[in-house]
Amino acid sequence: MDGSPLIIETLALKKVYGSGDSQVNALDGIDIKISAGEFVAIMGPSGSGKSTLLNILACMDRPTDGQYILAGEDVSGYSRKELAFIRGRQLGFVFQSYNLLPRLTALDNVMLPMMYQRENRVHADQRREIAMEVLASVGLTDRAHHLPNQLSGGQQQRVAIARALINHPLLILADEPTGNLDTRSSHEIMDLLHTLHASGRTIVMVTHEPDIAHYTERIILIRDGRLASDQKNGRPALAGARSRVEMEGRAE
Amino acid sequence: MNIGELLKVSWKSLVSNKLRSLLTMLGVIIGVAAVIVMIAVSAGTEATISEAINGLGTNLVFISGTVTRGGPGQGPQNQQGGLVYDDMTAIRERTSGVAGVTVDQQSSVTIKYGDVTLEDVSVVGTTPDYPTVRDVQVETGRFFTDKEQERTTKVVVLGSGIAEELFGEADPIGQSINVNTTKLTVIGVLAPKGLVSGTDFDEQIYTPISVVFKKFTPSMFSRIMGDRVRQIIVSVDENANMDEVVQQISILLANRHEVSLDSPDFSIRTQADIIETQESTTSSFRTLLAWVAGVSLVVGGIGIMNIMLVSVTERTREIGLRQAIGATPGDIQVQFLSEALMLSLLGGVLGILAGVGGSYLFGSLSDMRTVIEPFSIALSFTSAAFIGIFFGYIPAQKAAQLDPIVALRHE
Repeated sequence: MDGSPLIIETLALKKVYGSGDSQVNALDGIDIKISAGEFVAIMGPSGSGKSTLLNILACMDRPTDGQYILAGEDVSGYSRKELAFIRGRQLGFVFQSYNLLPRLTALDNVMLPMMYQRENRVHADQRREIAMEVLASVGLTDRAHHLPNQLSGGQQQRVAIARALINHPLLILADEPTGNLDTRSSHEIMDLLHTLHASGRTIVMVTHEPDIAHYTERIILIRDGRLASDQKNGRPALAGARSRVEMEGRAE
Repeated sequence: MNIGELLKVSWKSLVSNKLRSLLTMLGVIIGVAAVIVMIAVSAGTEATISEAINGLGTNLVFISGTVTRGGPGQGPQNQQGGLVYDDMTAIRERTSGVAGVTVDQQSSVTIKYGDVTLEDVSVVGTTPDYPTVRDVQVETGRFFTDKEQERTTKVVVLGSGIAEELFGEADPIGQSINVNTTKLTVIGVLAPKGLVSGTDFDEQIYTPISVVFKKFTPSMFSRIMGDRVRQIIVSVDENANMDEVVQQISILLANRHEVSLDSPDFSIRTQADIIETQESTTSSFRTLLAWVAGVSLVVGGIGIMNIMLVSVTERTREIGLRQAIGATPGDIQVQFLSEALMLSLLGGVLGILAGVGGSYLFGSLSDMRTVIEPFSIALSFTSAAFIGIFFGYIPAQKAAQLDPIVALRHE
């Protein structure tokens, strides 16, 4: 689109559930391109296929047909194991229900993805430091040793975001990240995501709340498994963020 | 994940459910403890038997009389069967391959010396061959001679325990002791031998059998019993064939007693028979324990599988999350296997402690001896590990095959 490297490219992506008469086309040929540094919202009514799309983009599901090219790598036909590698190395996840492990402290939850790294493994002592830094960047230094049930919903979601950032993912995927939060916490979380985006992260978020989607710079609307619209979302802060992304993108 | 992290994660998960983990391990603990106790009992029995073999003397044949006649209301019954003193002489003279023959006729007596009175002491009436046949040593003094035997000389040889109880540090040789109403002169003391298959050689006194016949057989029996003896003990020459000697003795005694070989009035047992009897009494017990051990190991394994399956269901979301952040199916499988293995090995270690403790306890509370074998510890630890992997496999497989999307939506 504008010279930034493509992070996501899908070609006639299809997902079919069931067979015969009860066959459902959850995705019916989706073509999208998302470049590095973009902050994209995927919207659509329930049953539109947006969750299916996110699952495929998240490498947790495989398309029935079509191609998904993640950062130049066609992952459509990858095995479960290969997809797990991709998830650990390239992706960071933020869930609606946080999915923190209840028996681990905030710090340990943040460190969790580093355990499954196969390359560039960091020594255990350094992991703590790195995790503390990331926790600091989401403003939770003083909550590092709290258990999830000692944190508010907004704080738990920050821990989850820190966990998503720990492996320096190429792409952050958020599934209704504010779905369980009150309005104030929702806006805090969106501000945090926006800050991340401003520092050059690529973020794809599924939401059904228009004011949450408003934080993004582009809104993809899915309806009946097809792309219904793909619009720029004119927000002023984007220009600055974009130029920084481009510089970082080229440095890589 | 490296091994250290893996173990840490597994450990945390077990510790967070202490009671459940402990109860899960119980089956393995019992199984492993049973394996160790079982082997300790077997080893103890074997040790006892091999000591008995050495203690009995070598190549012994024990001949005892059996009850053959006497009906109801016919007065004192002939408990001693048909063995008489002359049978011993006959065996000595007319059987080949015999190294020594002795008899053993016991009576219960009261001994007095000075202020010391010992009641219910066994006096063993025997022959000069006794030390050779029964493999006992004379420590001080001497055993009695054939001449003393023939002349019914009132001499006595003391077991080491009796000697100490009567005389303490003093020298018993040449002293006279009162045995019931008879005065016997002490001519020797045996070396300590201890308890061998139920007989404490140290707590008996030994006199010529002629003295026992004359002095220590109750008079009402003596008329009936004459020179009957309880037991004849034959020591077979080490170059002779044991079965042949037994055969010769059987025929000889059957002829002398005028009974048929099919219904003899005596029974012959060799050392091998005695060992066999001892072994068979413990072997049924061992079989039982082996079953208990095996069954509880399997039950323990099923318990582990059960709890691991519950754990997989409970932690479905955790599994989904771990998969989302990069855990492969293999990682998940290894994690749950490692938890199952940790449960079973921990159970194994506790079981080993319980088994070792139990073996000591068992050894001290019952008359069975227990010997802890190092290999039993290795064996039980290995079987615990095997149980963990075997019964942990299905739950781990189930966890690994969870679809991350479904797992993350699990409530």
